[in-house]
Amino acid sequence: MTMQTLPRRLGLAVVTAVIVWFLSVRLDTFRDFQIAQVAVYVTAVAGLTVLTGLSGQISLGNGAFMAIGAYTTALLLLHLNWPFIAALVASAAATAVAGGIVGVAAARLRGPYLAGVTLLLGVALPSLAFAYQGVFGADQGLNVTFTTPAFLGATFPLTRWQAWVSTVVALVTLILLANLCYSRIGRNWRAVRDDEVAAALDGVNVAVTRILAFVVSAVCAGLAGSLLAIVTSLVAPGAYTLTLSIALLTAAVIGGLGSLPGALWGSLLIVLLPTYVTDVATSHGLSSSVGSNIPIAAYGAVLILVVLVFPQGIQGGLRQLLTLFTGPDPKTRISRDASAPHVTPQADEAPASQHEKEGSS
Amino acid sequence: MVEFLQFTLSGIAFGMIYAAVALSLVLIWRGTRLLNFAQGGMAMFTTYVGIEVIYRTGSYWTGFVTALAAGLVLGVVCQLTVIRPTVNKPPLNAVIVTIGLLILIEGLAGIFFGGQYRSFPTAFSQVGLRIGGTPLGVSRYDVFVAAAVLVVTLALAAAFRYTSAGLRMRAAAFNATIARLSGIRVARVLTVGWALAGLLGALAGVLVSPSTFLYPNSMDTIFVYGFTAAVIGGLDSPLGAVVGGLLLGLALSYSGGYLHNGSNLVPVVALVILVVVLMVRPDGLFSTTQVRRV
Repeated sequence: MTMQTLPRRLGLAVVTAVIVWFLSVRLDTFRDFQIAQVAVYVTAVAGLTVLTGLSGQISLGNGAFMAIGAYTTALLLLHLNWPFIAALVASAAATAVAGGIVGVAAARLRGPYLAGVTLLLGVALPSLAFAYQGVFGADQGLNVTFTTPAFLGATFPLTRWQAWVSTVVALVTLILLANLCYSRIGRNWRAVRDDEVAAALDGVNVAVTRILAFVVSAVCAGLAGSLLAIVTSLVAPGAYTLTLSIALLTAAVIGGLGSLPGALWGSLLIVLLPTYVTDVATSHGLSSSVGSNIPIAAYGAVLILVVLVFPQGIQGGLRQLLTLFTGPDPKTRISRDASAPHVTPQADEAPASQHEKEGSS
Repeated sequence: MVEFLQFTLSGIAFGMIYAAVALSLVLIWRGTRLLNFAQGGMAMFTTYVGIEVIYRTGSYWTGFVTALAAGLVLGVVCQLTVIRPTVNKPPLNAVIVTIGLLILIEGLAGIFFGGQYRSFPTAFSQVGLRIGGTPLGVSRYDVFVAAAVLVVTLALAAAFRYTSAGLRMRAAAFNATIARLSGIRVARVLTVGWALAGLLGALAGVLVSPSTFLYPNSMDTIFVYGFTAAVIGGLDSPLGAVVGGLLLGLALSYSGGYLHNGSNLVPVVALVILVVVLMVRPDGLFSTTQVRRV
């Protein structure tokens, strides 16, 4: 199976890269900035959707991991003049350690208790930037200089380069995550999510499996934070508040929990929707206090509507639409029958196999 | 020593407010197994309703009562319109709905009331009380805050224990299916739970706003600490919510006062306390030990 799916995923990634390249060349700098933003969000949301959707652990604090990645990148670029790619790797390593520590604490906790700890992590970590102003620069934050490489020429727009770099990192992350979800590790995550005791009896080390999920999701968030540092050229605590952490979880759920394409839909929604509504509000000449708050209210209303209308997220809704038009995909049916010959058609509708489908797309 | 007393008393005053928020979260959690992220936002909105009434009538108490009534109504409206359709859907969906609700309410507050900071009047003096010239670090208003939360909490506890409506609520929270079989309208009971939670939140909002100013995000921090208090105490335990709130209020007051750079480290201290408590008791201080089902 992997022999077929790996080329398919690489193909999808190349197609996406070409689309992004085309868009970035045709559209203006603001749209380039939005492309970069979407790429940043996709990277972080993909990690979170794997953590929550596959391993069954909630995190309301992945914005904190993004902050760790961003500050690591900023400090390395600022003080040691590291090349960005090295800083990116170092950020991933730093957040892996942080994710491991949080994961160890999280391995014992369930549901709302885990939500509470991660929520407070998301609130507490940015406050360290104020407590240690000398290092982190408090409210002002740290400036990040990121320039286009010389071979692109002096006139090449920086935002386009930022969009390209972010997109490449996001795509590589997505391919690696997709492979990971299909591997033994991904299967273990799903096993632990569905029934811890059964998984443990099958020889899965539950604690290690859960901690690993936190490490993976933290690394994704760290990469995203590192990207956000070079995209916005500034790392300040105001960008890594609880709002960010909650936006990540929202994107993951709205896109379809556990689904990597869903991470893309969710990220597109949370990046594009506020700008779109603001444009509409200003074009209708609304007063500033009303005009600046309508996007917020509309964003909240859309969140509620999407969740109520598509309980399985946008990706789940798309999948339903697809089966409405074409009937069940014959290819998945054959492959599933081959892997589980004793499964009756009725058992196909069982929740467990639905989760399986979510993870596989 | 005087300093210590001051920190203790102001810690209790803030702790009671965290306790009120925590209690409102516990009420909803026990009924529906749902974390209501909109609790702070709802409280903010009803506090705006209160302040508008105070401006128009000139009476603090009219505004106070209106805010609490608005909390009841808002709780019912939210539950009936957006929360009820999420029952029997994946649990995280309901959480995201409450997050959407929070954002919606904050946006609406900005539209209706404007984004600027407003100071909220008090019924009592906020000047610190003194005993024989020694400042206590606590005002008449702080005493009122603590007393108000305590009275409402005790009234709720009594209602739960001694009234038939309270018995129905406990039964619905204990086992919804069996409660339904015994003729309890569980859906209606859950709506009542949201109404009471809305009232508690509204109380917390009105009580805390003189100390924090009122603006569309003003309850966010209070919500985070209220949630922390509920988790420390154990989300199933109303007593735990009060104890958790007081513990957190005291700890944050001491660390803000004594630690070098303390005010910036307050959230970190809260995180440390939460982690330590949960490492010892993963389901909070007042949880009844549950056997995990195989």
